[in-house]
Amino acid sequence: MTATAEPEIGRARARKEDARLITGRTRWTDNLALPGMLHLAILRSPVAHARITRIDTEAARTMPNVLDVLTGADIADAQGSLPCAWPITPDMKAPNAPSLAVDTVNFAGEAVAVVVARDAYAADDALQAIDVDYEDLPVVLDMAEAVKDGAELAHPDLGTNVSAVWTFDSAEAGSGGDVESAISDAEVLVRRTFRQQRLIPAFMEPRSVVVDPTGEQLTMWSATQIPHILRLMLAMTLGLPEQKIRVIAPDVGGGFGGKLQVTPEEVIAVLVAQRTGRPVKYTESRTDSLLAAHHGRDQIQHLTLSAKRDGTVTGLKVELLADMGAYLRLVTPGVPILGAFMFNSIYKFPAYHFSCTNVFTNKTPTDAYRGAGRPEATFGIERMMDELAAELGMDPMDVRRKNWIAHEEFPFTTVAGLTYDSGNYEAATAKATALFDYAGLRAEQKRRRDAGDPVQLGLGISTFTEMCGLAPSRVLGSLSYGAGGWEHAAIRMLPTGKVEVVTGSSAHGQGHETAWSQVVADKLGVPFEDIEVIHGDTQSSPKGMDTYGSRSLTVGAIAVLGAADKVIGKAKTVAAHLMECAEDDLEFAEGKFTVRGTESATSIQDVALAVFAAHDLPDGMEPSLDSEATYDPENFSFPHGTHLCATEVDTETGQVRIRAYVCVDDVGTVVNPLIVDGQVHGGLAQGIAQALFEEAVHDEGGTLTTATFADYTLPSAADLPSFTTDRTETPSTTNPLGVKGVGEAGTIASTPAVVNAVVDAIRHLGVTDVEMPCTPMRVWRAIQNGAAR
Amino acid sequence: MRITVTVDGTAYTDDVEPRTLLVHHLREKLGKVGTVVGCDTSNCGACTVHVNGHSVKSCSMLAVQADGAEITTVEGLARNGQLHPVQQAFHDNHALQCGFCTPGMIMQSIDLLADDPDPDEAAVRHGLEGNLCRCTGYQNIVRAVRDAAARMSPGAGPEAERIADARAPHAVGGE
Repeated sequence: MTATAEPEIGRARARKEDARLITGRTRWTDNLALPGMLHLAILRSPVAHARITRIDTEAARTMPNVLDVLTGADIADAQGSLPCAWPITPDMKAPNAPSLAVDTVNFAGEAVAVVVARDAYAADDALQAIDVDYEDLPVVLDMAEAVKDGAELAHPDLGTNVSAVWTFDSAEAGSGGDVESAISDAEVLVRRTFRQQRLIPAFMEPRSVVVDPTGEQLTMWSATQIPHILRLMLAMTLGLPEQKIRVIAPDVGGGFGGKLQVTPEEVIAVLVAQRTGRPVKYTESRTDSLLAAHHGRDQIQHLTLSAKRDGTVTGLKVELLADMGAYLRLVTPGVPILGAFMFNSIYKFPAYHFSCTNVFTNKTPTDAYRGAGRPEATFGIERMMDELAAELGMDPMDVRRKNWIAHEEFPFTTVAGLTYDSGNYEAATAKATALFDYAGLRAEQKRRRDAGDPVQLGLGISTFTEMCGLAPSRVLGSLSYGAGGWEHAAIRMLPTGKVEVVTGSSAHGQGHETAWSQVVADKLGVPFEDIEVIHGDTQSSPKGMDTYGSRSLTVGAIAVLGAADKVIGKAKTVAAHLMECAEDDLEFAEGKFTVRGTESATSIQDVALAVFAAHDLPDGMEPSLDSEATYDPENFSFPHGTHLCATEVDTETGQVRIRAYVCVDDVGTVVNPLIVDGQVHGGLAQGIAQALFEEAVHDEGGTLTTATFADYTLPSAADLPSFTTDRTETPSTTNPLGVKGVGEAGTIASTPAVVNAVVDAIRHLGVTDVEMPCTPMRVWRAIQNGAAR
Repeated sequence: MRITVTVDGTAYTDDVEPRTLLVHHLREKLGKVGTVVGCDTSNCGACTVHVNGHSVKSCSMLAVQADGAEITTVEGLARNGQLHPVQQAFHDNHALQCGFCTPGMIMQSIDLLADDPDPDEAAVRHGLEGNLCRCTGYQNIVRAVRDAAARMSPGAGPEAERIADARAPHAVGGE
């Protein structure tokens, strides 16, 4: 019952959740086995665009242990259309999105039939016995071709491949000047086209779903980031009463945006469970996951930067093509739009224009992937700042310094209309350049260039910011998003003085159980060990907006604080009653209510027990301290940082080696430095993977040729260096903890740092860009093409 | 086919289909769900267990091939409530986030340390090349393995030795 003396916030607590994860006592969805449970296997289209002319399931049906085989025709009336919650424009075009294809398939990997069997092996066997005839339709794969007049159509019934065009213009918005005048008046113009290759989130735990239709409520366990949104969307999609659905996200093995989805597999599992009246399970194979779980990125960026000769940027024009894939999933259309507010990044650009054309192709749908819109924007602008520096013969750091918002200028309203509450780009950059020995490495680079070293050194910079803490509900409303951005929490004081913290955030590796315990331990003055964090079940944590967009600590934990304030308020009333003093005479610190100026005190745990007994409460007082709160942020938060990468590029083989990677991130107040460092490390790995390793590749027929981990190259430990991470701490001023979010920072910042370093190493050979991923082949070709120029 | 395997110290005799993968036998038949499946091509290593003291990706072995074998999974490492030093090091160094790769990563790390009790960073990275993690960027995993090596080394002090002594020999790997 002793209060914690050392503050929990800022303490490098090893995580609570580790105990089950390191001993194999974890509750993954695929671990569930229910009596009579049936297993599903899904037949997926091998072709990208075709009419289904015949499906013969007879042979499969008669195989041993197979109970049923269903096609789209069998569930056409029941399955509804998978939801898209973000109609970015009033005239946005969206195809009907069946869970099981009915008469056409629109991407390779789309679900065509489902086998229901007694075990997973029997279900897989029966897939081989299903016979489908496809009549090929023209396949649309290339965005640039798809938007041309007379192009073949991914969805002929829509009459166009363009889903929507979304624009922002600073002159129209009143947040800045006219970009066309900036361009026509420019002393220097830099135009570049960059490609954000298609990526796959590739969480380690394949998606899995179990549905139990017995009992009063239909219960779904799913490897999802969004149990609360999923429950609502299942109700709306299938016309089920919301109160009759319970969704549980048990331990979830990573998401990275990839499990921010309402999936065909979840809908199919519900429908099969309802038809059979028995529990069903679907667990995807890795190949199914790479084919059918949504992909990420996939943009073509046409960028125009206007500047003065002294390096001052006068305007930025951004024209994007964004590949939606074959369908609009939950937030597909909005992902590139999130980038619209971040292309101007940390800079004081006076004029800005953004337009994005969302394009349908016959490929796996895209949607959120770690950073979602912001990595694309950061890549675009950070590459452009390097290109401008090269054009002007300036050091790329000097060009950034010339344009960034000075720390004394905060709060600062940007040309994209956001108000950055705080930041200190000078401090983060000073720390990073010192750790990196920027000047020393530049000198070495010059020596090696002069000596004609076959292995050249390149330095890459990324001074980035991002918008986190999704999101103020009003802003989401103004962007036509279908929901708010609040978060919910509740705190229950147990009679023994232990505490249950219920959160609407839904962790899948982030460490909420530890971080929330630290926040509550400080706030209520109860021991860290006495706090249990409950999440991810719509029955025990009935309200929430879940976890994505680096929102959990910045929104979810603030809701927790709000609930704690209410608990303290109620406890104070009781404590004053028990101690026979006025509430105003009490102060609360380290878990104790103390009568000011005396030794007389009572602990919040003692008050909890007294309230449970309820023998002697103030008149009219409800016998409960339990409280809940819902928090809607007033603003986003804006983590920032300076990332520096040194690469060694072998000009004879094109091989890139990262020699040093230094990053100084400013994520505001740090609740747990272990967790923050871990998030940064993992984010860096994913961002570096985009720069150097990963790409989802389709052949000319639209078949994904990277549908195994042998072909889609997730980096291993041997592919990555050790990172040097450090921090500055400029608290956010828009939430009481001063936190900014850290989940996506590393991914957002690192990709341009690495590519800038690659280009910097070989720029003297005539290279101005290397398309991602910068594989040895691409780098070598860029050098050959550069030499030929 | 009838097979007997000893898993985490308990012998199990079952009839299995010849095609059953060891990992499916462990998970579906024996309830050893601490060991997980992350891919179909033996690239990710999430399913790594020890078979007769050496690490094996249990998705790349048939259950019948394990007949008569002694198998250790992540569930069998702790003894009397005492974590294996590698488990403890993973916890202390925050070497896991979502934890899905962790069972395989721990089993492979133990095998690595049996081969090389004092690996440098490059040796750890090379030794874990067959195990993928999407969360950590590997930095804290590398740190944890080297930390565990220090704890398990002969001069590491009485505390580390006591933990090492408490484990059954087959759990060490690579004897």
